[in-house]
Amino acid sequence: MTRGERTAWLFTAPVLAIILLVFVLPTLVALGLSVTDYSIYALADWSNLGFVGLGNFADLLATPLFWRALGNTALFAALGVPMAIGASLAAALLLHDATVRWKPAWRVLLFAPYVTSVVATAVVWRFVLNTRFGLLNYVLGGLGIAPVDWLGDPRASIPAILLFVTWKIFGYNMIVFTAALSAVPQDLMEAARLDGAGRWARFRHVTLPAIGPTLLLAAVMSVAGFLQLFAEPYVMTMGGPAQSTVTVLYFMFDEGFRWWNLGQASAVAFVLFVLILAVTIVQTRIGRRYEWL
Amino acid sequence: MVVRPARALVMNAVAVLLTVATVAPLLWMVLVSFMPRGASSAFPPPLWPVRWTWENYHELLARREYDGVFFDYRIVPALLNSLFVAGVSTLLGLLLTVPAGYAFAKLRFRGRERLLQLLIASLVVPGQVAMLPLFLIFKELGLVNSYAGVILPSLAGIFAILFVRQATLSIPDEMLDAARLDGASEGRIFVSIVLPLLAPVTVTLALFMFLGSWNDFLWPLIVLADQHLYTLPVAVAAISREHAADGELMMAAAVVTTMPVLLLFLALQRYYMTGLLGGSVKG
Repeated sequence: MTRGERTAWLFTAPVLAIILLVFVLPTLVALGLSVTDYSIYALADWSNLGFVGLGNFADLLATPLFWRALGNTALFAALGVPMAIGASLAAALLLHDATVRWKPAWRVLLFAPYVTSVVATAVVWRFVLNTRFGLLNYVLGGLGIAPVDWLGDPRASIPAILLFVTWKIFGYNMIVFTAALSAVPQDLMEAARLDGAGRWARFRHVTLPAIGPTLLLAAVMSVAGFLQLFAEPYVMTMGGPAQSTVTVLYFMFDEGFRWWNLGQASAVAFVLFVLILAVTIVQTRIGRRYEWL
Repeated sequence: MVVRPARALVMNAVAVLLTVATVAPLLWMVLVSFMPRGASSAFPPPLWPVRWTWENYHELLARREYDGVFFDYRIVPALLNSLFVAGVSTLLGLLLTVPAGYAFAKLRFRGRERLLQLLIASLVVPGQVAMLPLFLIFKELGLVNSYAGVILPSLAGIFAILFVRQATLSIPDEMLDAARLDGASEGRIFVSIVLPLLAPVTVTLALFMFLGSWNDFLWPLIVLADQHLYTLPVAVAAISREHAADGELMMAAAVVTTMPVLLLFLALQRYYMTGLLGGSVKG
């Protein structure tokens, strides 16, 4: 082994060992657990553990709440990704505009919610969303909109949580898009302008292709993020009202750490993993088709 | 280019409005936390405390005696726990990932490319898949309900390694080779040449790690059973279930949880933003 090689292993081995222990090994064990009936009895004594094959997955498919959780999560992702990415892009375009002043100040303030704790801000938003005394209904009331029972009405609970999530995270992708926008070739922009392209045409044919890859990557990450929604419903609604905000991960947490059905919960984790993987592959394919990647 | 004043006015107004709307919940959080008990439960919602008071913070943070039994919300211990956990996991995280990121970028060793591909591929696997078995493994190792149990998973910084590697790639090889020719040891090269060059990246990464650890919720919730070990988010979530109606008290708890990291972020925002922007955007 050369001197360089020895140093390299010295530098990388500790962190690789930790990754192996806390990430690779558990992932493999999860795969194993998902085909067992690991429950609170096995937690006490390993001899109570039995092999059930794909039984957990079959059970899962027969559980109405699981389907509900899947549906809710799909709804969260389908509405949340365009909402969050749209907000980020709009804010980035706004702050990219040459006429806007004090950009660094706006950027920092718009980013601020991102660094806060989900639990603490969820507590704050529960009050902002309060039906009688909340700021949001107060502002909406000023616009002539009747008070909405944001966290009590099953039809309003998902939009309410999405509003909170978007508020919290849009600053991150706003910064990512800002970086991408600053890399859009200016001479191309100028050429398009001279050719008489309007504002929209320049955005569609110059800006969008240039930031396409960044946009796609952000979308992929956002979908994965929304599919893993947990803390927001846990703190704000506890899955309610009428189970309208039970997400896949919330369901997994309940199965695993409230009822200690770890076999079943591992099966949920794998369904989630496959879902994320599938959506990522589909998005990447679409991206390739439009030559964004 | 001709700047049309009307457009400039509209764009700036929109920027101000958007910022005000975004900051409003945080601002309201601070204001309500200084209102007397029950004052915020009114319509229209009060936007400014009629009377400024510390009573919510006193109630939240002070230890009091009821019938000879001491009682508090365990927020101060949780604050110290959070500081300790976030501090240690940031320090250890840097110690582990910065040298590794450098090695992946600049040192040749067998299996490097293969390992790198594996690391990148593993980013697709959601952390929650590993969470249930990790709990069982930690239970066997006796790490459940301990600081080590909270900190250890946060040290598996795959993203951090890739982040440091990306930054290290821009250091010219000639610089390192010259030092090698001068007889510097590999450790010496890392400490005296590479680390100073990576300083801004390291600050960014440290901030990422500290914020991530401070705000982490799901794993501490799973692994910590003893209330004395609770980190702030777990403690606040526990209180919020019992005291959902005490608006002012909960706002004070939210302020205590968010302000340390918000201030840290504001103080170091230049590093943080450069880290995210990749140094490509100015003003």
